[in-house]
Parts: sequence; C-alpha cells; structure tokens
Amino acid sequence: MKRTFTCIVCPNGCEIDAEYEGTNVLSVTGNLCPKGKAYVTQELIDPRRTIASSVRVLGGTMPLASVRLNRPVPKDRIFDVMAEIRRKTMKAPVRIGDVVIDNVLGLGSDVVITKNVEKERA
Amino acid sequence: MIKRQAVIVGGGPAGLAAALRMKENGIDDILILEREHLPGGILRQCIHDGFGLTRFEESLSGPEYAQRFIDRANEAGIECWTDCTVLDVSKDKVVTAVSKVHGFLQISAQAVLLTMGCRERTRGALATPGTRPSGVYTAGVAQAYINLQNIMVGKEVVILGSGDIGLIMARRLTLEGAHVKGVYEVQPYPNGLPRNIEQCLNDYHIPLHLSHTVIEIRGRERLSSVVVAACDEHFRPIPGTEEEIPCDTLILSVGLIPENELTLGAGIELDPRTRGAFVDENCQTAVPGIFAAGNVLHVHDLVDFVSLEAEALADSAARYLKEGGLTPCPLTVVAGSDVGHVIPQKVSGTKDFTLWLRVRRPLNGVSVVVRQGGRELLRKKMRKALPAEMIQLSIKAQKLTQDADVEVSVE
Ligand code: SF4
Repeated sequence: MKRTFTCIVCPNGCEIDAEYEGTNVLSVTGNLCPKGKAYVTQELIDPRRTIASSVRVLGGTMPLASVRLNRPVPKDRIFDVMAEIRRKTMKAPVRIGDVVIDNVLGLGSDVVITKNVEKERA
Repeated sequence: MIKRQAVIVGGGPAGLAAALRMKENGIDDILILEREHLPGGILRQCIHDGFGLTRFEESLSGPEYAQRFIDRANEAGIECWTDCTVLDVSKDKVVTAVSKVHGFLQISAQAVLLTMGCRERTRGALATPGTRPSGVYTAGVAQAYINLQNIMVGKEVVILGSGDIGLIMARRLTLEGAHVKGVYEVQPYPNGLPRNIEQCLNDYHIPLHLSHTVIEIRGRERLSSVVVAACDEHFRPIPGTEEEIPCDTLILSVGLIPENELTLGAGIELDPRTRGAFVDENCQTAVPGIFAAGNVLHVHDLVDFVSLEAEALADSAARYLKEGGLTPCPLTVVAGSDVGHVIPQKVSGTKDFTLWLRVRRPLNGVSVVVRQGGRELLRKKMRKALPAEMIQLSIKAQKLTQDADVEVSVE
C-alpha cells in the first residue's frame, strides 16, 4: 500500500511517500532525516501525540498554569487524558517541571507544569 | 534625562536574546522596556510544544522556552522594566516611555534595539460585511482568553485563515470541548506549516477549505452564523457557492503585521514587502545605532530563528557601541522572481551574512539562486518551497565583491 505522510517530528514537516504492507514499511522517500522513517513506522503501528493544556491554580498571581505531556500518548487516548487534566487543581506556587499527574492513566507519560506561577501576596 | 548604553524596546524572545548576547559581548549597561506585566512576549500564551527544537534539541512549550531566557537574564543582572510603555523613539535615540513605577521617562541611548514583535490583522483589515456581534476574535486574542485568563470563547467555531495560530487554536478549542466546524482559506494553499495542518487539523478531522472565504457575518448580540463561499483566483466569491454556517464564534487567523509605529516615528522607512524596517547585514536600520530584529522586522514562523536573528543583531550592536560605527553597506539585495521578500536589504560585501527569504507561492522542484553581477554565489535545490516556510541561506564574504548588487531569485 502507498500513502503520503506529513512528518510532524520537526518544523521541516517533510512530505513522505511511503510504501508499506500492514505495519511493515518497505520504502520511504521525501524524508530529510532518518526520524521520518521511524515516524511513519510509529504512525502505522501506534500513532502517538503529546498535548498541551492548562490547570487551574488557586492563590496564584495567574489563574492558570500551562501543562504538557512529557511523552506522547496514543492518539485515541487524548480526550481521556484531557479529562484527567481538567479534574486537577493546583495551589500556588507552581514551577516548571512540577508533576501534576504521574503516569497519567498508566500511559507512561506525566503531565508537567510548563509555567511558573507565584503565590499571590495577601 | 537618564543615560543608557543600550535600550531594548520589548521583552519578548527577540529582546531577551539580544540582551543576553549584548551582555556576553561585554555591554553591561542594558535596559529592557516591556509594556506587559511580565517579560516573555507572545510565548507566554503559546502553551503548545514544538519550540526550541533547533536551539535546545527538545520540544518545549512557549512559556518554558521564554523562561530559559528570563532566568539567564535575571542571573546576568539584566534590568527589565515591565508595565512600561514606550511612546516614542527619536532619530537621535531618545526613548520616551511611561511606567506605573517610574512615571514619565526620557532615556538617552547610544543604541536602540527595536524588538516589538508583531500583531494580528483584524476584521477591520478584511472589511468583511455584516453585523458587529460579539464572538469574533483574532486567533491570538482567543488564545490569550483561553490560555491566560481561563475564559472559553465559544462552542461552535468557524476559523477564517490558515495561519499557524489559527491552526493551533483549532486544536486547542477542540481539546477544550468546542466543535470546530472548519477552517476557510482564501488562498489555494494553506498559510501555516504542513506539520500544523497535520497535527492540528487532520488529527482531529477538522476540514480545511482552500479557496474559500467568509463573505458575511450575521447575528445581533452574539454571532449566529457566517456565510462562506468559494473564491476564484482573484479571491472574488463565486456566485451560487454561498453556504450559511451556524456558529457562535469566528476566529480570524489572517496574517501578522510587524508592529512598527515607533520605527516610523523615528523616521525609519519600512519595506512594503516585509512591513518592517529596511536593514543591513547588521540588522541596523537607516538610522545608525537603531537596530531591529525578530517579528518587528519580518514575521518568522519559528521562535528559534527569532532568537538567532536577535543574537546576530546583538553582536553587531555591541560592535557599534565599542567601535562607534559599522562598515557601510552600499550594496542592495534584490528580491527577484518568485521571491516575496529578503532580509537584509543592504550588505557591505565584506562580511558573511545570513539571507532570509520567503517564496511568493508554493513551488516544486526549484532552486533558490543568489547572484552578484550575473555571477552565481549560491544555489540551493528545494523539492518543495512554501510561502509558510522561511528559507535561510549563509553567504560567505569571500565569494562577494564590492561592486555589484546581489540578486536572489527562484527558478
Ligand atoms: S523527516 Fe526528519 S527533517 Fe523531515 S520533518 Fe521528519 S524529523 Fe524533520
């Protein structure tokens, strides 16, 4: 089978023409680096994505702190992960790298803070 | 009047990177003026990842990318006055500003670095007919509401324009439970990066309608629907293709404009193609000692390149301060066939420089060719060239002469 993929691993966004059988990649053309082939293979076996969102912060100088996944999760679990993130509330201060949810839904990825939010002065 | 060696207008990614590099070059007397309450610029609201792949070889969110520079600036003791709005920059490099803390300020600088960034085109610029209900936002404003203020903008969403922020917001709104009905782009090709089409639209089955636009906005208090239509090659709606789409939110992602009021105020001419200042290979404008880099100079697609450009600026600005001036740049860089714009527009012919350009339309199997007086300096083959992707070329001084203009074309 043949399909054209857009590699999302880096901003080059290479258009990759791939020939494959099942999950076995026979040939790829158009990728500027080897990561492109790995991406195509991963897409055929188990497409994964990272996502970003925010969590509510109480008592902070800002109402929200942004978060992201530190490893990709299966594409079809994104909305389940979003539901978990939405349930969370943090107390200020929070710092970049703080783990909000460890190993979210057992998917092997953590939800981590990506913005410092200081405590509001009373 | 306060006296400073270098004043930097804008504490976003360009301003922060420039300040740090000036400091590394031994310039200690630096002041950043930032109009927001916190430094970081637009990155503060760009919470998606993908920043820093070139620079840090990891995929960071906007706030993380910014924080790395902010932390380093703090460690280096670089002064940044926030809540401080610059009102005017004069030809003789007097910066006039107001701030809650410092009041009315006049600062005389030896060098002024313009790093104000860009802003979004609005509905007014499009002149879309219809009523004026609430529910019409630019993509960046919607992004600020959702990512900074915890305010959801709507439920049933139509997006006009396929700029990267619009694509990013299509995904963001979908993740937050909104229904994004489609993205409409008047051009026959998308404006954003291919990877954003893939991971923001295709991943969520959001349709992209090329050669389509919104021709009417309807609703009294709140937006109730938009009318879309297919367009011909002159962007004119084709009669009979109109379709009414019920929605409560319209997001506009129809282009970014360098924010250059201060630049114009200093008597600096703008290039109609970039809508930023004309600059030489040192990022110096026509006024010696006034420099510009980042999105205020030309709109970038990657922040990594903004940082790079600002650092190149800082090297030159530091040299300007130490040596009292820079090598004159009499040679013009001409944008030839299918080249939308070039930066820099002037070079000396005696120094290596980085040439930035965008193609005018999507092209396949082309070469970007740089010539001087008919002599080929560089040729870069490209399988595909897109207006959405800025092209960067390094030109070596040893190949240059000082007697002819440089021309860049795509063939
Ligand atoms: S193939 Fe390599 S260069 Fe091309 S987009 Fe993927 S990671 Fe980037």
